Amino acid sequence: MPLSSRSALPGFHLALGYTLVYLSLIVLIPLAGVFFKAAELSLAEIWAILSSERVLGALKLSFGTALIAAALNAVFGTLVAWVLVRYDFPGKRLFDAMIDLPFALPTAVAGISLTALYAGNGWIGQWLEPLGIKIAFTPVGIIIALLFIGLPFVVRTVEPVLRDTEKELEEASASLGANRWQTIRLVLFPSLLPSLLTGFALAFARGVGEYGSVIFIAGNLPYVSEIAPLLIVIRLEEFDYAGATVVAAAMLVIAFVMLLVINGLQAWSNRHKVRNQSLALPVQGGKP
Amino acid sequence: MSAVLSGKASHSAVTESASVRRLLIAGALLFLLLFLLLPLMSVFFEALRNGIGTYVEALTEPDAIAAIKLTLFAAGIAVPLNLVFGVAAAWAVAKFEFRGKTLLTTLIDLPFSVSPVVSGLIYVLMFGASGWAAGLIADTNIQIIFALPGIVLATIFVTFPFVARELIPLMQEQGTDDEQAALSLGANGWQTFWHVTLPNVRWGLLYGVLLCNARAMGEFGAVSVVSGHIRGETNTMPLHVEILYNEYNFAAAFAMASVLASLALLTLGLKSLLETRHGEALSQSHKH
Repeated sequence: MPLSSRSALPGFHLALGYTLVYLSLIVLIPLAGVFFKAAELSLAEIWAILSSERVLGALKLSFGTALIAAALNAVFGTLVAWVLVRYDFPGKRLFDAMIDLPFALPTAVAGISLTALYAGNGWIGQWLEPLGIKIAFTPVGIIIALLFIGLPFVVRTVEPVLRDTEKELEEASASLGANRWQTIRLVLFPSLLPSLLTGFALAFARGVGEYGSVIFIAGNLPYVSEIAPLLIVIRLEEFDYAGATVVAAAMLVIAFVMLLVINGLQAWSNRHKVRNQSLALPVQGGKP
Repeated sequence: MSAVLSGKASHSAVTESASVRRLLIAGALLFLLLFLLLPLMSVFFEALRNGIGTYVEALTEPDAIAAIKLTLFAAGIAVPLNLVFGVAAAWAVAKFEFRGKTLLTTLIDLPFSVSPVVSGLIYVLMFGASGWAAGLIADTNIQIIFALPGIVLATIFVTFPFVARELIPLMQEQGTDDEQAALSLGANGWQTFWHVTLPNVRWGLLYGVLLCNARAMGEFGAVSVVSGHIRGETNTMPLHVEILYNEYNFAAAFAMASVLASLALLTLGLKSLLETRHGEALSQSHKH
């Protein structure tokens, strides 16, 4: 099929042309530059940079903390989405609107306020310190920051699916003798799973690259609490462009893989939705 | 609400008992309180801790005013550019069929998957002292990195997808019938666009611009890498917060942070208002 338009509307070439030029100039060419720059190095040099203890430590930390935070968010995010969709309580609308706060609040602001809260003299930290629990300036602090940043990703992907889930399926399950826990486990959970995994992957992808909210609370000790994006900044400040580029290229490759995974999950999620709806349609006779 | 109604109608197998329900609501609200509300409240508390005098002083000193002006200026360029791009991209993607469309929409979303630090780094690698595209500007007096153009470029990159990803699904849902009708009645392409398409998507457009602007004014990581942190010259509001915080000038840091937090709250308020008042004119995913 050649480039063709479905409709007789004008402006296709102008709009697509502008889109491609702008996309190339702002996004594609500058991003490709990272790989050009990395390609100036030999494989041995690239490997030496990537396998150095400090780089490995930073990558492991970024991945590990993002993974733990995304897993915790999958649990708490689903709980929050469930409560917001299924129950009524005072202040529900306010809480619902607040879920997007991490999207709207600048990361640096989140970073300093979380640090103030969880530092040894903070509102929350002062209760934990006597128990021997230190959060700010440790890797646990990084997880706290990523919990904040990732929460809306899970809530906002699970919430609409939960809202669209047909109550009839649960009633059918109950009328066939399943108890509530069996219905949740065998009927609800499988239909939520694709969106839950999508939310988890989105939160994880964001967490791996997160910078602003983390650097204030992390303590930034090399080998211990130094995240990969911070290491890129440090290498740049040392004018070690090769070092910065290789770490950046590694993170970009990982981001692209995550993007493919997320697209696949979303396609799965959409197929699931269509199947659920077509199952429910004959019973319900059309959605409102 | 439907949970309550059907719960009354049938037996407890399709809803949870009152005590479980209360427990889940309490758990979710406690989580939101600890991770969303307390950080937000602490920003304003810390900002006003030393009294209103210090607060006003922190926001009216020349470097703070320069930071506010720079932030407004960068967002003032980045948002309109991404607005024009978003409209062009949505026109091409939503109103026409062509090969590679899925790839194009994935590429448009790409900046969301890139770590903010890498988003800044790509322009340093291009236009920095030994950048691969530095030759392009060598003969001119233009400085991009550690100057205003770099800050604007980084801001454009991180806010690139916002308007497009709001408009594309909305314009796809609306189809081309209205435009076809206008054209058959003798309107030309631009008239159709201005008087038919644009009014149809105006609330969605506003929604995209709102989120785009919030991110543009709050971006930290990407701007931090290209800015050079020159006080009073290349410091945006979030960078000003960081500098003050690192100097242990907490009251002033939180004062500036509270302005950004207020902006985030305003954004969330307007967003909720759009969702409730004009939900039917937004893309499917934002309907409540």
